[in-house]
Amino acid sequence: MTDSVNQRLKDLAVSETGFVFDPYSGATFSLNASALCLLRGLKEGLDRDKLIARLEESFDVTDADLSRDIDEFLELLRYNGVLPHEGSE
Amino acid sequence: MKPRAIAVTGLNATDNPGPGVSVIRALRAAPDLAVRTVGLAYDALEPGVYAKDLVDDVFMIPYPKEGVEALAERIRYIHDRVGGLAAIIPTLDAELPSFIALEPMLAELGIGTFLPSRAQFELRSKAHLMELGRQAGITVPRARVLGDVGPLYDIHNEMPFPLVIKGPYYGATIARAVDDAIHAFQQSVAAWGLPVIVQEFVEGDEYNVVAVGDGEGGLVGAVSMRKTYLTDKGKGWAGIAVKDPNLLEMAEQFMSASKWRGPCEVEVMKARDGRYHLMEINPRFPAWTFLSAGAGMNLPEAVARLAMGESVAPMRDFQAGTMFVRIAIDQIATLEDLQTMTTAGERIRGEESER
Repeated sequence: MTDSVNQRLKDLAVSETGFVFDPYSGATFSLNASALCLLRGLKEGLDRDKLIARLEESFDVTDADLSRDIDEFLELLRYNGVLPHEGSE
Repeated sequence: MKPRAIAVTGLNATDNPGPGVSVIRALRAAPDLAVRTVGLAYDALEPGVYAKDLVDDVFMIPYPKEGVEALAERIRYIHDRVGGLAAIIPTLDAELPSFIALEPMLAELGIGTFLPSRAQFELRSKAHLMELGRQAGITVPRARVLGDVGPLYDIHNEMPFPLVIKGPYYGATIARAVDDAIHAFQQSVAAWGLPVIVQEFVEGDEYNVVAVGDGEGGLVGAVSMRKTYLTDKGKGWAGIAVKDPNLLEMAEQFMSASKWRGPCEVEVMKARDGRYHLMEINPRFPAWTFLSAGAGMNLPEAVARLAMGESVAPMRDFQAGTMFVRIAIDQIATLEDLQTMTTAGERIRGEESER
């Protein structure tokens, strides 16, 4: 990810309860536990394998669908303007 | 230290509020600014007149149509009556030309102001916004300034519908076809006169920036905000401070190009493609100005100090995520308040509190 994307993720304010504030757009979101786990991993700069490992550690899930879940979550972040669309950075 | 009397206009705190009460609250919130607030009202029922905890003294002033001399005479009276005004902060578009014209007289009396020049005031007008955009290197939606309805019939050859029809001072209607545009044109002329500005419609998210220019091309400070709740008039009833560097950069570009002196509100649309468009520059504090004080950058305090000849260091830090949420409350007033405002045109409370 580019520096500006990393900075954008770092600047997100995330509460313990999964409430997220994007200081760039003013948008707020509520995340469930697995999404919160993913976002924290993204803010730490984890790659896909490490994100999957983190989810497996934290939840009773297997590798089978996790890659697709991560893609869906990333798309959700792009849709809500938290991450730029692919090719726009 | 004896409190310094600072006068503020725009006490019409209705569901389409003037900025005065917000500015006064910010002045009151400044811990080291000992201030006696003097409200200047055009109507005896302006809600801020009855905000006893905020406004020490209130005086009626003449409407701009009564001429600059009438305003000058009234200000001289108020200046004497309160024992010396230290500064005036006008907050309404329509009165600004009068206060700008009176600046030398006010300075002679020792009343400070921090206002744009008449040329700066004109440059940011809706009719000249494209020119300003060119000068400042800021993207501004295409627009035509119309003196009659004729060009509207084939304007779609130049700019496709939908279009935004705007009055010279206030009001914006989205027109989706020629009939809509003509109707909106006529309504705007009836309310505000000519010209009418026809602007390209930009779809996206609206952001607002309250900013203060130092008059030399620099930015004293700025706080940006996204409205989170709108009234049926499209006015922000709640909002949240945001920190998008692109918004602050646009404010800086505007200050640099115009050498704007004083407060203003920069209205920006972030289009779906991520580009930022300058929609409007309002030449005064917006009604949500108190958010700047709440977020840790008290811009009315800065303007008051600059107007009184003090220096203010550039301010860059504010707390993103700070919100404002308005509330409508019923203030209780006495018949004496209304009677005094209606007959004497003034209500002095500062003396009562000093006794």
